Amino acid sequence: MPAITSSSVPPSVAGVDRNLDMSAHPAAIQATGLDFYYSEHQVLFNVSLTVPERSVTALIGPSGCGKSTFLRTLNRMNDLIEGSRCVGQILVEGQNIMDPAVDVVLLRKHVGMVFQKSTPFPKSIFDNVAYGPRVSGETNRSVLADLVESCLKKAALWDEVKDRLTKSAMALSGGQQQRLCIARTLATNPRIILMDEPASALDPASTDRIENLIGELCANYTIVIVTHNMQQASRVSHQTAFFYKGVLVETGPTMKIFTGPSEKKTEDYITGRFG
Amino acid sequence: MSTRGSGTPIVAGQQSAPVSFISGTDGSIRRRLFLSRVFSWTCRFVTYAALAVLIVLLAAIIWSSVGRLAFDFVYNPNSSNPIKAGMLAGLWGSFWLILFTALFSVPVGVGSAIYLEEIAKDSFFVRVIKTNISNLAGVPSIVYGILGYTVFRSLAAVLKVWFDGQHAFNILGLFRLRLLKLPIYEDNILVGALTLTLVVLPTVISAAQEALRSVPSSIRVASLALGATRWQTIWRQVIPAALPGISTGVILSTSRAIGEAAPLIMLGALTITTMVPGNIDSPVKLITRPLQVLHAPLDQFTAMPIEIYDWSKRPDPQDRFTAVAASGIIVLMLVLLSVNAVAMVVRHYASRRLKW
Repeated sequence: MPAITSSSVPPSVAGVDRNLDMSAHPAAIQATGLDFYYSEHQVLFNVSLTVPERSVTALIGPSGCGKSTFLRTLNRMNDLIEGSRCVGQILVEGQNIMDPAVDVVLLRKHVGMVFQKSTPFPKSIFDNVAYGPRVSGETNRSVLADLVESCLKKAALWDEVKDRLTKSAMALSGGQQQRLCIARTLATNPRIILMDEPASALDPASTDRIENLIGELCANYTIVIVTHNMQQASRVSHQTAFFYKGVLVETGPTMKIFTGPSEKKTEDYITGRFG
Repeated sequence: MSTRGSGTPIVAGQQSAPVSFISGTDGSIRRRLFLSRVFSWTCRFVTYAALAVLIVLLAAIIWSSVGRLAFDFVYNPNSSNPIKAGMLAGLWGSFWLILFTALFSVPVGVGSAIYLEEIAKDSFFVRVIKTNISNLAGVPSIVYGILGYTVFRSLAAVLKVWFDGQHAFNILGLFRLRLLKLPIYEDNILVGALTLTLVVLPTVISAAQEALRSVPSSIRVASLALGATRWQTIWRQVIPAALPGISTGVILSTSRAIGEAAPLIMLGALTITTMVPGNIDSPVKLITRPLQVLHAPLDQFTAMPIEIYDWSKRPDPQDRFTAVAASGIIVLMLVLLSVNAVAMVVRHYASRRLKW
């Protein structure tokens, strides 16, 4: 078996330093001792993970390892699943979001989410991006127009759609739809963005654009991304967390995880021996 | 091991013998093709057979209507003279009935569907309700007629006593509708419409549920993830996306009430009458006679299917009422067709606002 060397890891996207030790950075998310159950079936076991501010954390692991479930606990999207139960503590910017007093509507504005399948609403491009601000009560047309423009620019979509903002979002290509969903999430002005395999349904060129976008966004946003694609994890993240059978096996700077993991299980997964 | 159509096994590293593509050279294919043809011809036959029955029926009705069907049929009142008998009372009765049935059944039906599909948590109780809504759709309408008679007609009888002011319980005497100088009846339009609401409600709920279920759940999840509340998600995403389905389903299931006669006869709707509810016998009077419009829901009525039923069983030595009944059927069918056309137009406009 060839030893893993840093030269075998693909180059990172601009804006992501994979050697940086982020442990000194202030934490955006601190999960401690998290157990998660679907009815009686436990899918997360004592997961503790700290996500530094303004960085990209990649969650990797084989299918069914609990990485998506963990991601969804961070904005309490699992609340929608009947019979699910979560034990432990998650601090988002210092506040415990498991507190029953937490308003999930406010939490989700603060912690945005992009899904695997792009899910544009059957509305115009403009209305898609303006949806978040509108449900929070923004009605001023010029404010909305400015917001839509700046979010589409941040999502690197403005030049492609500026002449057809009133046209259906469903007419966009898969990659454009996914960037629209990112723009839509940015419009709620979140500080944290969760991405659940955002590029797994896209072609290589669109994937490339999304990855570069993640590199740009992490200057201002904290990003947690779930991905099946290990090369993608190595390209876009500062920090990588490896999940296996509901347990967080190892966390560390991405370069370290990909070149010198301390756990045997991680190394086996990274080198493609299983998963 | 996989085989080709000819039945020759494919052996690795060895090319199988060339197969002829000319039809009829392979016995097993011939048999399968034959079966396939028999199947498609059977399907075609049953479709055309059903269609043929319909066409024969329609032709027979049109043929029977000759001699009475003319424009005056829709604006003549009923009469014992088959040459003069018309459907005016039935048309207006059915108009008022369907109007109020829609007013009652749409909010209740759509509201229940939204509750069952979008709001209610999955529980034993909810599952019992969901199962029984489809069961209720199979209950014969005469049963709803009995229910309507027991509940709504009795209620109307009590109200009539109060409003008529001839009773010790005349607490509402001050506001008597007798101000209109028109009597109130216990077998009125509202009682009929409430009963028809019971008849159509299960299908209205089912149609709306179906439309709501067809909205992809990814839209709901995405909306909630953007910080929308449950209500905002339902109101701004789910209902607009389901609206074409809801409106057509609701219009079509409500229009079934137009053809219902049994529960109305049960309630005591008039069979032979020249009377039009509220004395409104032209669309113009809907605007010019507001007091009569107010009175119409509390007036007696007849409906198109009741009149058809009455004409078709009326004894006549020369059988002259057959043409009247046939004409009535044609008018009823034209009304139903135009309701379906309205449903199509509504669907078109509701889906045009969506940008799928």
